[in-house]
Amino acid sequence: MEIQALVDKFKVGNRRALSRLISLAENGFKDARLISKELFPLTGNAYILGITGAPGTGKSTLTNKLVQLIVENGERVGVIAIDPTSPFSGGALLGDRIRMKDNYTNQNVFIRSMANRGRLGGMARATKDVITIMDAFGFDYIIIETVGVGQSEVDVYGTAHTTLVLVVPGMGDDIQAFKAGIMETSDLFVVNKMDLDGANKMVMEIESMLDLNQKVEVSRSKYENSAMEQQSWRPPVQKVNARRGNGIPALWEQIMSHRHHVESKGVLECKQLNRFKNELLDILEERFKLQIDQILDPKENPSILEDIRAITERKANPYSIAEKLGKRVIESLENGA
Amino acid sequence: MEMSEQRKIRVVVAKPGLDGHDRGAKVVARALRDAGMEVIYTGLHQTPRQIVETVIQEDPDVLCLSILSGAHNAIFPRIMELMGENEIDDVLILAGGVIPEADRAELKDLGLEGFHGPGTPLKEIVDYIRNHLKR
Amino acid sequence: MARKDLAERKKAFQNLSGMEIKRVYKEKDVNDLDYQEDLGDPGEYPFTRGVYPTMYRGKLWTMRQFAGLGTAVETNKRFKYLIEHGQTGLSVAFHLPTIYGWESGHELTIGEIGKEGVAIDTLADMEDLFDGIDLGEISTSMTINAPAAILLAMYIVVGEKQGVPTSMLTGTIQNDILKEYIAQKSWIFPPEHSMRLIIDTIEYCTEHIPKWNTISVSGYHIREAGSTAVQELAFTLADGFAYVEAAVERGLDVDDFAPRLSFFFNSHNDFFEEIAKFRAARRIWSRKMKNTYGASKKRSLILRFHTQTAGVSLQAQEPENNIIRVTLQALAAVLGGTQSLHTNSMDEALCLPSEKAVKIALRTQQIIAHESGVTNTIDPLGGSYYLEWLTNRMEEQVNAYFDKIDALGGVIPAIKENFFQMEIARAAYQYQKDIENNDIKIVGVNMQRTGEDSLGGMEILKIDDKIGERQVARLKKVKSNRDNGEVARALRELESTAKGTGNLMYPILDAVRSYASVGEIIGTLKNVFGEYKEDAIF
Repeated sequence: MEIQALVDKFKVGNRRALSRLISLAENGFKDARLISKELFPLTGNAYILGITGAPGTGKSTLTNKLVQLIVENGERVGVIAIDPTSPFSGGALLGDRIRMKDNYTNQNVFIRSMANRGRLGGMARATKDVITIMDAFGFDYIIIETVGVGQSEVDVYGTAHTTLVLVVPGMGDDIQAFKAGIMETSDLFVVNKMDLDGANKMVMEIESMLDLNQKVEVSRSKYENSAMEQQSWRPPVQKVNARRGNGIPALWEQIMSHRHHVESKGVLECKQLNRFKNELLDILEERFKLQIDQILDPKENPSILEDIRAITERKANPYSIAEKLGKRVIESLENGA
Repeated sequence: MEMSEQRKIRVVVAKPGLDGHDRGAKVVARALRDAGMEVIYTGLHQTPRQIVETVIQEDPDVLCLSILSGAHNAIFPRIMELMGENEIDDVLILAGGVIPEADRAELKDLGLEGFHGPGTPLKEIVDYIRNHLKR
Repeated sequence: MARKDLAERKKAFQNLSGMEIKRVYKEKDVNDLDYQEDLGDPGEYPFTRGVYPTMYRGKLWTMRQFAGLGTAVETNKRFKYLIEHGQTGLSVAFHLPTIYGWESGHELTIGEIGKEGVAIDTLADMEDLFDGIDLGEISTSMTINAPAAILLAMYIVVGEKQGVPTSMLTGTIQNDILKEYIAQKSWIFPPEHSMRLIIDTIEYCTEHIPKWNTISVSGYHIREAGSTAVQELAFTLADGFAYVEAAVERGLDVDDFAPRLSFFFNSHNDFFEEIAKFRAARRIWSRKMKNTYGASKKRSLILRFHTQTAGVSLQAQEPENNIIRVTLQALAAVLGGTQSLHTNSMDEALCLPSEKAVKIALRTQQIIAHESGVTNTIDPLGGSYYLEWLTNRMEEQVNAYFDKIDALGGVIPAIKENFFQMEIARAAYQYQKDIENNDIKIVGVNMQRTGEDSLGGMEILKIDDKIGERQVARLKKVKSNRDNGEVARALRELESTAKGTGNLMYPILDAVRSYASVGEIIGTLKNVFGEYKEDAIF
């Protein structure tokens, strides 16, 4: 009931309804399902930018500058800023807004902070739902700023139309360490803090890795189509100073030329295929996991204790029990539980 | 099958006013994080408009306002006015910092619910939030 | 087997910086202490025992209670009252809009005008503030940082109009921007530009106002933000040395400006730790000034400081207990050899201080000075095994922090890396957790708690909310009476100097003379320098 009322308000542009729907999608699979049913038909118009990079590379500051440029062009932008959840407490400190102060009272801007709630890959489980909601609301651009814990954050590449990887001079070793992942999953390199010593060296290092990457066949398990995309697109390397705004217009031109590439050469189909394949995988995993958790929980399913006793007494083996429970998972899914 | 375990308490910790005393706000933010909440910190010198805009965008369960400059009697009514204009009435609002006893009744009438001045045990704030959520 | 007669209340005893304290200190704990090298007589290098040969036997510390309220006219009345009662030094607190360079009436100034200090927008307000007060006779301390150059310029111009030459002016501006990034947060511009302004004031004062104290390098706010005593000392001294380096880089002779640098510390609860901190401060400063920066004048080597008792230690519960806390903290400052002292009022955790509470705070200092007998001899605790051991540890740990800061490339790079901010945030959270776990005891808060937090019949100070409207109207009037063409010209001149490398004091003086507001001058500089943005550090 509540959802329907919110959707009605949402459709007439109420920002608080937008915000409430995001919370509902974030907090529950069931609500996310209902919301998607209502709003997904309205989507497909927003252009999605992913911004990723290690801590301290200036992701929020760059996001802030891009937001400003977008609103100055008279367009609307939604931002999803993701920060890590503490594995110890389950809580999180979300501080990216601080660097986006300049723009957040602008009615063409909507910034939402999210905790990743333990999920790996740089985004939160519900990030894709939030993208759906923001897209349906009518934003021209959606910017996803990933966690930035320094691990490879490949999820965003599977979701965004254009993915920017931020680096700063002096972190060459890190790039070496995960270059395979980075080379496959970026459309644009941004060298921030361009006036620091070593900025030009950094650019050269990336260029030479790109040269190398073109010769070597890297295995592309998750993004099998990226090979095709990358053949005709060599990621440019752009120097900026995000804090001062130097290089930002040039960066925007690079983003637009990638957008042109994506939209004009049938690359979009590959991107879409990857994006929705991954989204389906997420939903299915989530859906099955819920059911599995329920079946393994003695409070919901007391007979699990007997099953486990059978294993401990060596009357059954784990595979046979798993086989049996698997059938029950499928049954309950069919019953729409 | 509702995934209620994913429900997290979201809190916006905001510093209105021009004072730079953010030790208390930050200590509280950390404590709430350690109690399993998701805490959005706005940074210093937030105008009432910025604070209410943050509440609209972040949809918190709780808004914690910390002020030590003595401007609360001017700033809090303005925040509450903007909250009203945006029909936000299900957010628990707490005040920290230096708010003299004499000013509290009036602020309570406006809808500020808890006052947690200097020296309040962190656990007391955590418990207060858990027991007074409005949704 | 543990001996029963050696059983103790706790497993370990620690001070507030987390140093483990032994059961008893003996001669061997201070074996390598060399009297000449490490202590020296009062007034002698390395000044551990005090900066002057007679200390309080010659002259007591200055009892300087910080004040400022409402409009300039009201504060002027308070100043005249204080002068009539024998005070020779004024201490001005500015309201927050001035501190941040916003004109009264800007969106961010709602409810802030005239609170926590006096409202100054233009030279006209400064003229009111010092109306009928001879600037040649009085010394004025101004607690102002990011816009310090502007307020100093206003003071100079008021002097000009009274016919007092700059060489006669005496006083202090806090002018310590580094601790703002580290702790207090009243920054405006990015660090490099702020440093330029500060060195401009030093250069100007060295040439024109030789008796002006150009920076009060402050640890007080670092401690209030939650640092430990060791961090307070290390970060403050590091800031001090950063100013020295910047001024030397500008081409100034260290002995020309170093004598005009002074310090401002906090005095917190752990009695001996605080005394050791003050003693270590003098020793570290003089050693480094001599050995690293080649200072040779005695006045360049001595660290003079003001102390304020710890506001953060005041509790809302049973506020009368704060009087006792303040007494102990004030005593530590005196035994540590402070040059001036502000004692906090018991009610500050509850409201702006009332008149009665301010009076008790001042009486506390007078009782220490005149009744306790601690002023009869200099550094009476010098030579105590414990205190000397603690002073040595303090110096060691401060030097360890210097190494860390150097490794990050100095104070400004460390600020940008959020090094200080993170160290402080961590210490602040730890302190609060220690209180909640009862590892640190606060009477009336986590032990012997009765829950009484009212002030009984005490009167609470209220600032009239009409002050805001009056000040906004006053600014409007000043703006309509001044020559706005002249203001625009002065601001253009300021902007072009800011884009170049010239000393900004001169165009700021011109702008002030034209009655440009603090907000307009800061706004002009912001256009050139940009604004500093904080990071989210917890």
